[in-house]
Amino acid sequence: MSLFTLGIARGLLGQVLGMVIGMLLTCAVRILLGWEAWAAEPAWTVGAVCSIIGFLLGVGSLDDWLKWTRGIPTPLHHGPPVDKPAWTRYFSVDYNHKVIGVQYTVWGILLLMVGGTVAMIFRTELARSGLQFLGLDLYNSFIGMHGMIMIFAILLGVGGMANYLVPLMIGADDMAFPRLNALGFWFNVPGSILLLLSLFIGGWDAGWTAYPPLSARGPIGYQLFFLGVFAIGLSSIVGSLNLLVTLLRMRPEGMSLFRMPIFCWAVFATSLIQLTATQLIGTSFLMVSVQRAIGMGFFDPRGILGEVSPMVGGGDPVLFQHLFWFYSHPAVYIFVLPGLGIVSELLPVFSRKPLFGYKWIALSSMAIAIVGFLVWGHHMFVSGYNDILRIPFMYATLLVAIPTGVKFFSWLGTIWGGKVHFDTPMLFVLGAISVFLIGGLTGPILATVPTDFPLHDSYFVVGHFHATMFGGFVFPFFAALYYWFPKVTGRMYNETLGKIHFFIMTPAFWVQTLGQMGVGVMGMRRRIADYDPTLGAGQIENWQMAVTIAGFAIAFGVMLMLWNFFQSAEVGAAAGDNPWRSRSPEWQIPSPVPEHSFPAPLHVVGEPYDYGLADAGYVTTASTGDD
Amino acid sequence: MTATAIEHGPEHGHAADDHHHAGESGLATYLENTRRNRLGMWLFFASEAFLFLALLVTRFYLWRGPHGEVVRPELDQFAGLVVTAVLLLSSYFMNRAEVSIANDKRTDFLTSLLITAFLGTAFLVGVVVWEWGMFPGIVKGHLKPTDGVFGAVVFGMTGMHALHVLSGVILILNVWWLGRKGHFSGERHWGVEACAIYWHYVDLVWIFFYPAIYLIGTTIDVPH
Repeated sequence: MSLFTLGIARGLLGQVLGMVIGMLLTCAVRILLGWEAWAAEPAWTVGAVCSIIGFLLGVGSLDDWLKWTRGIPTPLHHGPPVDKPAWTRYFSVDYNHKVIGVQYTVWGILLLMVGGTVAMIFRTELARSGLQFLGLDLYNSFIGMHGMIMIFAILLGVGGMANYLVPLMIGADDMAFPRLNALGFWFNVPGSILLLLSLFIGGWDAGWTAYPPLSARGPIGYQLFFLGVFAIGLSSIVGSLNLLVTLLRMRPEGMSLFRMPIFCWAVFATSLIQLTATQLIGTSFLMVSVQRAIGMGFFDPRGILGEVSPMVGGGDPVLFQHLFWFYSHPAVYIFVLPGLGIVSELLPVFSRKPLFGYKWIALSSMAIAIVGFLVWGHHMFVSGYNDILRIPFMYATLLVAIPTGVKFFSWLGTIWGGKVHFDTPMLFVLGAISVFLIGGLTGPILATVPTDFPLHDSYFVVGHFHATMFGGFVFPFFAALYYWFPKVTGRMYNETLGKIHFFIMTPAFWVQTLGQMGVGVMGMRRRIADYDPTLGAGQIENWQMAVTIAGFAIAFGVMLMLWNFFQSAEVGAAAGDNPWRSRSPEWQIPSPVPEHSFPAPLHVVGEPYDYGLADAGYVTTASTGDD
Repeated sequence: MTATAIEHGPEHGHAADDHHHAGESGLATYLENTRRNRLGMWLFFASEAFLFLALLVTRFYLWRGPHGEVVRPELDQFAGLVVTAVLLLSSYFMNRAEVSIANDKRTDFLTSLLITAFLGTAFLVGVVVWEWGMFPGIVKGHLKPTDGVFGAVVFGMTGMHALHVLSGVILILNVWWLGRKGHFSGERHWGVEACAIYWHYVDLVWIFFYPAIYLIGTTIDVPH
């Protein structure tokens, strides 16, 4: 078997060829126009566009659509490839949502490790004041790299959970558009490769937010950064479109919207944001890209009507911030809503009690999604925009606390009086609640204009943000990995190692996030490689060292989890079909899930979370009707 | 239940057999798939609307005179009017194509598609040659992309729209080519419908873009 039977190897080859062809094309056009043949920025930009197309052609995820344009029918292939080993399907285009879900998750974890490694590097630098081993430009590229790679990783993790779980939870055979589903995943691979590649052609040193004018004048790496984000954004858009159609049109008989497993509501709300807001980050980055490439001055304040008024005809960098945050604030709800959905999904299973306030939790996800569109301006309190705008943005932001509070109290109501089982997934859910509480309580401090002013752009923001991301995504994501690992592999993970992971990671994260907030209050600014060691009455270095050590402890915990999974997938005890005694449809079928998940269509006959109530069924299959 | 059948046609449609005879189950699957496709298409439009809204916001944010009033650059009004009329007319022929294939009138269907593609191309040529002045030997344009925010927004908005028109023309020609080979029927023509609603959508976007670029605000002279 040659290497190129693997789709991903053909894709990578296609990406390299695409890059070369794009560069040659640029040179050819420049020669025809009578210009100097080589110019680095246009060559890399056009090359990068062609490299994404080259990858998709190479991996084969456009094959079926190209056949459609010629009128050739393309029946959907099911099962592993006929002439190759079964494992190769995970490295090639495959239309089964369970394979695609695993692909998303694994690629997401890989990026999580890259982003984490980058963080370890600059955390080591920050453990002491002064510059030890990182240059200023590289440090700046690294913090931006950590931010954007982690965003990619989180989007992939969300995509992995949604793609694997949603069709199983609603008893569907697959997603509504399997080909689009595969394309959605494969966009991520060339996108993340471009992002990493950009580090080697100058990087991008203005942080992941890429504010002009810095990004409009920064190194060429920015163009590759923009294109990488386009690729991920396209993945978000087609993925969320697919999930929405699946959720709206493929539910079985009897499953009304309010009888879906609660995770589906979280995915629904998330998908609405992803489908629409993602366009805005694309537009804002495209504008910077064309400003760099052909001088279209959207954000260039130098006016052209100098004699009338210096400002007329000039662009405005603040416009970029509006467009950018219109996506990038709702984006944090894209990251946390599925995670909060996982918390709501797992709590009743491990408390053996009905979910408290199902409809309120479902609608609170929608409320967060909708209010999330109206709060972007709280990132711009000090940007110099019209003062009057601060007030509505402050109140809109504080409004988010209400649906979030609904979730918290529903969770407490679910645990209250339950027979709680402290297995590893449940521990991570409880960890998520504790960490998200830290993030949630520090939110209003930053949302309120007078308290935001002294804290803006300080490490306090970094601490707050990491608490929301760990509480809203990382802890629930790890809970989901432990919880569904037996469903995906058919084997049980090592419970002791799982618990050790939890008891290392949770206190370490508390130290990290509170430490970050602490150094922020002492006066440490974010995105800065060096700091004054006399800050915080000379204590800041100790705090920084504590944060760095905590960071390494978290990394160790994650390595422990991955080792646990690798080991258990081989030698773990057989898990059985339903080790958690869950009522959800995916646990009523064999583990690992067969190619066609459900032998017969589902019928929903009851409420999803009636744990502890006798004779309260949720789903039954029409053919047998005996469970 | 058709709700669990997926787009892979009758061979796996264990679902579709509940209350349809074998011959009809293929069509039932097709209709359910078309419903899904249609919903997907409208969600795609909702997504795209945010892209075009962002461009409109940019235009009204940036095109401001010395006292904050809404302004616009001097453009060729005649050119704008002609290309707009051409594009609106093309939507009529697109609709005629869809109605024709729904009634199995293949000749009318193919002719209307060709007319639509021709008018779409005429729109593109009008924008690129006339308004952009890409070929200064034929028509000298009014603005360059580098003329401050006026050039940036005019070329940004018309460029993004032209990209959509171009993809629409390619789609129409593809549908025409397939139609000539005998694809599509009165019963099964989702491909034509998708192409048609996409074309109408692109047309609708221009109905918002045209006044924003050509009509709203007082004109301001842009020196080069």
